[in-house]
Amino acid sequence: MLKKTLHISSSPHIFKGHTTDQIMKNVVWALLPVVFYSVYAFGWNALLVIATATLGSVITEHVLCRLSKKETTIADYSAVITGILLGLTLPPAFPLWMAFVGGALGIALGKYIFGGLGYNVFNPALVARAVLQAAFPVAITTWHPAFLPDRFSEVASSVLALPLMQPQYDVISGATPLSAFKFEGYTTPASELAFGLVSGSAGETCAVIIILGGIYLIARNMMNWRIPAAVLLSAFLLSGALYLVNSELYPSPVFMLFSGGLMLGAVFMATDMVSSPITPLGLWIYGAIIGVLTIVIRVWGGLPEGVMYSILLANAISPQIDRLIKNRVYGTTPKMKAV
Amino acid sequence: MSLFNFHKDTFKHGIHPPESKEETRGLPIRQFPFSPLIILPMEQHIGAPSQVLVREGQEVQRGQLLAKAGGYVSVPLHAPVSGTVRKIANVPTISGKMSPGIYLEAFPFSTQEVKEGKPIDPDTATPEEILQGIQDAGIVGLGGAAFPTHVKLKVPDGKTCETLIINGVECEPYLTTDHRVMLEQEEDIFTGIKYLLKVTGAKQAIIGIEANKKDAAAHLEKHLPKDLPIAVKVLPVKYPQGAEKMLITAILGREVPSKKLPIEVGVVVVNVATTAEIGRLLPHGRGIQERVITISGPGVKKKGNYLIPVGTPLRFVLEQVGVEEDVCEVYMGGPMMGMAVSNLDISIVKGTSGILVFTRKEVSLNTKTYPCIKCGACVDACPILLNPSQMGILAKFGAYEEMASDFNLMDCFECGSCSYVCPSHIPLVQYFRLAKRAVRKKEALQKEKVNA
Repeated sequence: MLKKTLHISSSPHIFKGHTTDQIMKNVVWALLPVVFYSVYAFGWNALLVIATATLGSVITEHVLCRLSKKETTIADYSAVITGILLGLTLPPAFPLWMAFVGGALGIALGKYIFGGLGYNVFNPALVARAVLQAAFPVAITTWHPAFLPDRFSEVASSVLALPLMQPQYDVISGATPLSAFKFEGYTTPASELAFGLVSGSAGETCAVIIILGGIYLIARNMMNWRIPAAVLLSAFLLSGALYLVNSELYPSPVFMLFSGGLMLGAVFMATDMVSSPITPLGLWIYGAIIGVLTIVIRVWGGLPEGVMYSILLANAISPQIDRLIKNRVYGTTPKMKAV
Repeated sequence: MSLFNFHKDTFKHGIHPPESKEETRGLPIRQFPFSPLIILPMEQHIGAPSQVLVREGQEVQRGQLLAKAGGYVSVPLHAPVSGTVRKIANVPTISGKMSPGIYLEAFPFSTQEVKEGKPIDPDTATPEEILQGIQDAGIVGLGGAAFPTHVKLKVPDGKTCETLIINGVECEPYLTTDHRVMLEQEEDIFTGIKYLLKVTGAKQAIIGIEANKKDAAAHLEKHLPKDLPIAVKVLPVKYPQGAEKMLITAILGREVPSKKLPIEVGVVVVNVATTAEIGRLLPHGRGIQERVITISGPGVKKKGNYLIPVGTPLRFVLEQVGVEEDVCEVYMGGPMMGMAVSNLDISIVKGTSGILVFTRKEVSLNTKTYPCIKCGACVDACPILLNPSQMGILAKFGAYEEMASDFNLMDCFECGSCSYVCPSHIPLVQYFRLAKRAVRKKEALQKEKVNA
């Protein structure tokens, strides 16, 4: 038995055990409750939109891998995450063909063009959403009220609009809390926001479930807690300061945290490992940029919501943050380095 | 900065691999049978190889000098058994390279009595005499590095050693040799420390032990000699605390400057088994013939801590302890930094601290490597705060010089923490070994050019 040939490998010979595809899978698990709740709140519409966006992402990833004669990478679940995240940022009555195009573009323009998993500069889901927002400005801002009585018996006609056709909206569209605030000066109570009793995109409803998903990933060491902490803390501090200055003009910081896509963005989008910095201090700076920019856009910008652009901008800066903010290596003294 | 630098008896970052020491930590050190054939490479240590003194056919006694030191950074080699020099020829080594060595055939019925040399008295000997004695005994770092101990102990002119740290950390999983040595050889350790204090001129000695060996710490504490300034320090368990720099930071809160030796901060670190060996050999003027080795891992039947003669062939060792059918990989050293063995005809050397056998089940033969997703796990693991993620990407493109100049590549001591945590299974530390070698080669070439 000792004559057999031995296998050899380079040290270390033991490994911690969780692998990249497991991390991705766990992100999907953490997202599923958010998906379920948004289906519960918006009915079949939301389910169809999220499923279609995911399908668009996964099929595109597979086709692109095949076209470039590589082994398909859909098994690493990263395309699934992109699809689900995109679906969650879309209005529940969004036309399906647009959702599919979005999912496909997210993978093609947001990820594959840079070299696939690990090389994307921006969060692919947000790239997709930005493209959709530019291409279909009406559809993406036509919101659908939550908890309609017929949400499990009927599918909105806009959802089933034919490709390249303008969707027809038959339901009274509800203003999101942020647009209600921005354009009508009405502040939705925080309790309604926390449990998602408001209209908005599919995933920006129940903050509590999003937070629980984040806690799950942080507890499993699959998400860096510093990013959501920095985003939420900076947004809270800035909007809190504004609220103290003039509580008539500016909404309360609690409203700011729980409304719109901030929670979903802070927990599931800004935390995309590939497009965020790598050092602890870098992560704090990155998170703070997102939090501050979001509030700035919401308060002074022309748009009611600014999470998407804040994260995309911070994604763009993140390589620079990594270049400037480095850990001080053991046994060296900190020195300024020319960039 | 000092305001935020709370010293917590440990160093920054690091990892917590499963300790896997339960099965052997309670097993006392046992003498291993003598192999009929002993194979002794002349390169068992860092530095110049030893030079053979005997001739083929010569009969030698256990403890007799077989080879002399090949220079200052080198040590002599003593006969681990009484027997006949069968052949002087190239022998296989773990790196796969053949190296000059001696084949020694043991006398079958010898009592294996040990030849004694010139004793060195710890009370009357001068530091120079002790240093010479340590070199003559063939002592190298038994923790695994196998660096000649007398070189390490020589305090350079202009420097002073304040603290002697005795390294009883043994942070590698599975290994329990230092643990057993501390429990069973306290007298040798304290005698060794006496020599070391004299050589280094240190005012105090601190024995660093991880909290998973509290029994050893308590045992040493109980037997501390009253006339020596020795303290025992228990440290939280964390890999790679056994690395010199990490241990110094954990015990004293000081950082050894980049590319410098511990003496820069007034410290000399010696492994506890090396210390015990000094304490055991010098009073009798003997040389190293054997060492304690942990034989463990899921593929071993009779696990334990054994006293094995240097030069015992690995095949003989594994036949004696018995291994499972589906042996896949055999390592010399621990699972984090040890080397996989390609050939069972290599032999135990002075630096071998453990022999681990993994079966098919424990070895993942087809680990898929994913792209780096910049999760930062390696950055949070690296004990010297490098950026393995970025260096891994650079290494892929062969940008070794940039790694060295901008990312402190040469400070990496290859502990493997980055590879251990990497979810994408990128062979980071393997890249860094390659890169370091390439940079060193280039530097050597440049030096040659300047000299020429």
